[in-house]
Amino acid sequence: MSLRTPLSRVTGRGSAKTGAGHWWWQRLSALALVPLGLWFAASVVCLAGASHGQFVEWISAPWSALFMILFIAVTAHHAQLGVQVVIEDYVHSEWLKVASLLTMKFAVVLTAAAAVWAVLRMAL
Amino acid sequence: MAQFLLPKNSVVKKGQTFAAPAGAKKTRTFRIYRYDPDRGDNPRTDTYQVDTAKCGPMVLDALIKIKNESDSTLTFRRSCREGICGSCAMNIDGVNTLACTMPIADVAGTVKVYPLPHLPVVKDLVGDLGDFYAQYAAIKPWLQTRTPPPPDRERLQSREDRAKLDGLYECIMCACCSTACPSYWWNSDRYLGPAALLAARRWIADSRDEAGGERLDDLEDPFRLYRCHTIMNCTRTCPKGLNPAQAIAEIKKDIAARRS
Repeated sequence: MSLRTPLSRVTGRGSAKTGAGHWWWQRLSALALVPLGLWFAASVVCLAGASHGQFVEWISAPWSALFMILFIAVTAHHAQLGVQVVIEDYVHSEWLKVASLLTMKFAVVLTAAAAVWAVLRMAL
Repeated sequence: MAQFLLPKNSVVKKGQTFAAPAGAKKTRTFRIYRYDPDRGDNPRTDTYQVDTAKCGPMVLDALIKIKNESDSTLTFRRSCREGICGSCAMNIDGVNTLACTMPIADVAGTVKVYPLPHLPVVKDLVGDLGDFYAQYAAIKPWLQTRTPPPPDRERLQSREDRAKLDGLYECIMCACCSTACPSYWWNSDRYLGPAALLAARRWIADSRDEAGGERLDDLEDPFRLYRCHTIMNCTRTCPKGLNPAQAIAEIKKDIAARRS
């Protein structure tokens, strides 16, 4: 039982004075993903049925490699921002929330780094 | 985790039925949520047959008729009966609205009446609005200035600046919007909710207020403000036709604007 007043509960630890950056980057990355996503989808369609050799040749072109790395980086950033919001919305146990956020962020960085490394290995 | 299912002691059971008096001409059925925490029983829904030929046109008229003539234990808040006090906010036919401005004729079939969602129930249709009012108090809903007022007159405001408060000042704090918001359901301990944020915007938009920066500082928080995910239930349900979602977007735009 707590005898804290409702106002004390509501004001809590005060404002974090942050959050605008997260909101802004979520929108900016969404905007960047419109052309990058279209480029990626068009590339997948064009490369349907291509052999391994043709694919390596395609990804070795500077623009293909550059756009692919940008697509991976922006998608990973956008995904971790979005999933962070989902976890904060629904996971209310403090330790589980922190553990989920850390695991998710590590997993996203690992996946993105592996994808970028794969692109560089083929392209260079 | 967020709770998606009702706990066992909150599962709603079927209650009793109160038949219409003999000779009733235009009977409508009302199914109303009943709960009394002092009795320790589960909540139930009681069914009331109301003769609408001898009743006013609004849902509140029917509730008052039921309380007067069928079941005096039915508990609900009401006061002005004309949509300005916000007391009779409840969930009617699945939508949060004011019972006094909701015509019975607009509901098809059984009229289902529940308290506002996701509030602790004090009794029947009365929800605990303590934290909701504290959220309103937390945004400091009063004029803050450092410039003293002119000695001989009130603080002046141009017609154009006054017009910027339209759509904001009309809020009656009925809580329909906040209790319709899923983000508020899951995180009302930290998210201020659409009603308090609309009120905050009302003071940020006021040309006479001199605490705009501090107000934005207090709101810039991942939970207080940015838990709004533009779901728009607030705007859809507002019985006064206001647009809290737009007011929240304006606050986010203000915060973005001062960063660059």
